[in-house]
Amino acid sequence: MKKNNLINLSVIILIITLFCGRAYSASKDILKIDWSFAGITGKFERDSLQRGYQVYKEVCASCHSMQYLSYRNLGQKGGPEFTLEEVKAIAASYEVEDGPNSDGDMFTRPARPSDHFVKPYPNVNAAIASNGGAYPPDMSVLVKARPGGANYIYSVLMGYEEKPADFDLDVGVYYNKYMDGNKIKMPSPLSDDLIEYTDGTNATQAQMAKDVTAFLTWAAEPHLEARHRTGTKVIIYLIILATLVYFSMKKIWSRVDAEK
Amino acid sequence: MSKQENKQNRRDFLFTASYTVGAVGIGATIWPLIHQMNPDESVKALATTEVDISQVEPGKSITVLWRGKPIFIKRRTPQEIQEAKSVELKDLPDPQKDEERVKEGKNEWLVMVGVCTHLGCVPLKDKGDFNGWFCPCHGSHYDISGRVRKGPAPKNMEIPKYEFVDNNTIKIG
Amino acid sequence: MSEHEYVPSSKAGKWFNDRLPLLSLGAHLSDYPTPKNLNYWWTFGGILTFCLITQIVTGIVLAMHYVAHADLAFESVEKIMRDVNYGWLIRYIHSNGASMFFLAVYIHIFRSLFFGSFKSPRELIWIIGMLIYILMMAAAFMGYVLPWGQMSFWGATVITNLFSAIPLVGESVVTWLWGGYSVDNPTLTRFFSLHYLIPFLILGLVVLHIWALHIPGNNNPVGIDIKKPSKDTVPFHPYITVKDIFALLMFMIIFAGFVFFSPNVLGHADNYIPANPLVTPAHIVPEWYLLPFYAILRSVPDKLGGVILMFGALFVLIILPWLDTSKVRSAVFRPMYRQFFWIFVVDVLALGYLGAMPAEGIYLFLARITTIYYFLHFIVILPALGFFEKTDPLPASISELVLTGGFSAVSARSDKIINEKK
Repeated sequence: MKKNNLINLSVIILIITLFCGRAYSASKDILKIDWSFAGITGKFERDSLQRGYQVYKEVCASCHSMQYLSYRNLGQKGGPEFTLEEVKAIAASYEVEDGPNSDGDMFTRPARPSDHFVKPYPNVNAAIASNGGAYPPDMSVLVKARPGGANYIYSVLMGYEEKPADFDLDVGVYYNKYMDGNKIKMPSPLSDDLIEYTDGTNATQAQMAKDVTAFLTWAAEPHLEARHRTGTKVIIYLIILATLVYFSMKKIWSRVDAEK
Repeated sequence: MSKQENKQNRRDFLFTASYTVGAVGIGATIWPLIHQMNPDESVKALATTEVDISQVEPGKSITVLWRGKPIFIKRRTPQEIQEAKSVELKDLPDPQKDEERVKEGKNEWLVMVGVCTHLGCVPLKDKGDFNGWFCPCHGSHYDISGRVRKGPAPKNMEIPKYEFVDNNTIKIG
Repeated sequence: MSEHEYVPSSKAGKWFNDRLPLLSLGAHLSDYPTPKNLNYWWTFGGILTFCLITQIVTGIVLAMHYVAHADLAFESVEKIMRDVNYGWLIRYIHSNGASMFFLAVYIHIFRSLFFGSFKSPRELIWIIGMLIYILMMAAAFMGYVLPWGQMSFWGATVITNLFSAIPLVGESVVTWLWGGYSVDNPTLTRFFSLHYLIPFLILGLVVLHIWALHIPGNNNPVGIDIKKPSKDTVPFHPYITVKDIFALLMFMIIFAGFVFFSPNVLGHADNYIPANPLVTPAHIVPEWYLLPFYAILRSVPDKLGGVILMFGALFVLIILPWLDTSKVRSAVFRPMYRQFFWIFVVDVLALGYLGAMPAEGIYLFLARITTIYYFLHFIVILPALGFFEKTDPLPASISELVLTGGFSAVSARSDKIINEKK
């Protein structure tokens, strides 16, 4: 009786897991990278994040905002970990609007680490108007906003190819193998040697795609490393406590069995 | 020790160990719930402010906001500095020399938290009996060094941590 | 209420207890005679209490930083995730805590279905439980709107639009709910207020739920009535408390697995896109715990019909004590009911899966089949089983079962035992 119920339950759990697996692999066989930050012990690679920031700054930032990030984030633990001087210099290379001053006028000043990332367009409508009717999405949480996450972003960056002969494409729209619907209004943003990495790494398209995706993942989840670290400690603690409580429970219940 | 007592001791140890480990967990859980009310990263990032003082004429002052509070930055004339220095310490409810309240070589500049040390109102400039500030809430008078001279305020106006980044800029905090 | 007078050991305790008998209440709860054969399926009540407290504590803390305004909500949540000390942790506990809350409540409900805990004299406990479940769904629905992502906005739009199906007053009701002509800031602010309120209503109902339980006492796996206290019971503390804590720790390990290593797997990526009234997501789906009802709703082509059927699905659950006519409580002794129970479980899981799929083609067809079967289970099968099912003989007592590992049938007609004990 009890065994049958257990078998029934196991079958059901098996069915659930299979269905869950099916639901997730519905993401069109995207490219998969062995990310350093994946898995329960995942961590970011500092130099990859710094290169990724360079790609964002030189290639993407002209159209894509990252409004929830501040320049000081670039220096905090668990991220690219630029030095304080580097962070100040990066910030100072941008101009932000401030004010009003005592005359009532708005003015511009160099950005400080406490300022948010400067946006390329003053508002969404301006962004749409400047990009052929499509809005270049803000990338602060983009990796979490797409099923498939980092793998999906990487796949789209690497997925530009010649469209199939029978595929209808308007002017200003490009074919992408992994994009949802296969159409994207952004032309391929990366190509070999597009930028020169300051650390000398060979700037192939794949390398830049990998680095900027890692950077975007950090931008979406800046506390990932702390989360993994704390999680490991919490689960080990719970296992220890559960073991102690288990034996306490057995000890207490032995009194009932003894009273037979 | 009898076998019964032995068993009892082992059982007590097990229970004590469980309670102790459990208590540690509860403490570790409570800390984030308390710490989240402490200033967050964005507030801490604004903990320092840089101020451009190049436009302040001698005898004039400006007020800037720092950590949500007003900061009085006064550029004193030589006469005002002389006046501040010549006050006898015994006349001060909160004795402090003027030199202790300014930076060496920059004693024109008086930088202080513009909050009355009585109950927190913002004193008015160029008022009061001592050529300094006057707090309208309960009648405290401050002199040209920001020191309390008369009234219920117990202490001189606070001097925050600050430094001269260059001749035209001070960084507060 | 108590069978014996509790006398506090200290003078201060006695002074306090004479004026407000909290210490007596504590003693009642601590000594409460509980069947000694309860299995782990009975630990979910305690687990649910933990979930409720966790959601309330993390929710109150989040409310210190969250801004309930359409222009600022999404950003305030990001601020919590990035800048607030441990904000990411508190937020992920709250969002995953909601899922864990529903996981526990479904196990708790299915335990009750299997072991007949909803049957007389525990009908009111069941009904109060159903009210708690409904309030949970309302709170979870409104809570999901608060981050103001795409799913927040469009889920709110779809579900509030349902009320327009009400004849005559439908449109006015929807406008009243919205506080405007579409889901917008007024909707958000009132959802925030109600989302804060409802957990405390749930807390009150939980007190009533436990109070009502303590009149007849707990059900048990074999479903036979027991006397309390007796050799069939143990005091709640320490026997049940320690078992509840152990089960809770196991539950917390799974909870921690989600919070720390997979905090977004149960959610929807689209909710990390700020709400846009001009762009509808390709597939609007509620959170997983609402999917079975969503599937039932969409299985009917008519809007009002879908709404009626969806509420009907809840209604048949509420009146369950009067639909199940069997005089035997526990499925342990009901071989036919046991089969139908598992089929029902599969049916609900299928409904959940289908709720996540587009409402077309084979998915829509299967959703209709599984919806029909859902109602068949309650309206036809359960009432019929009471008459046709040959139940197994019941043991005379729990202790007999424990001692011998089996038991000898006391009476040829199993229902005779229960009638006598009444």
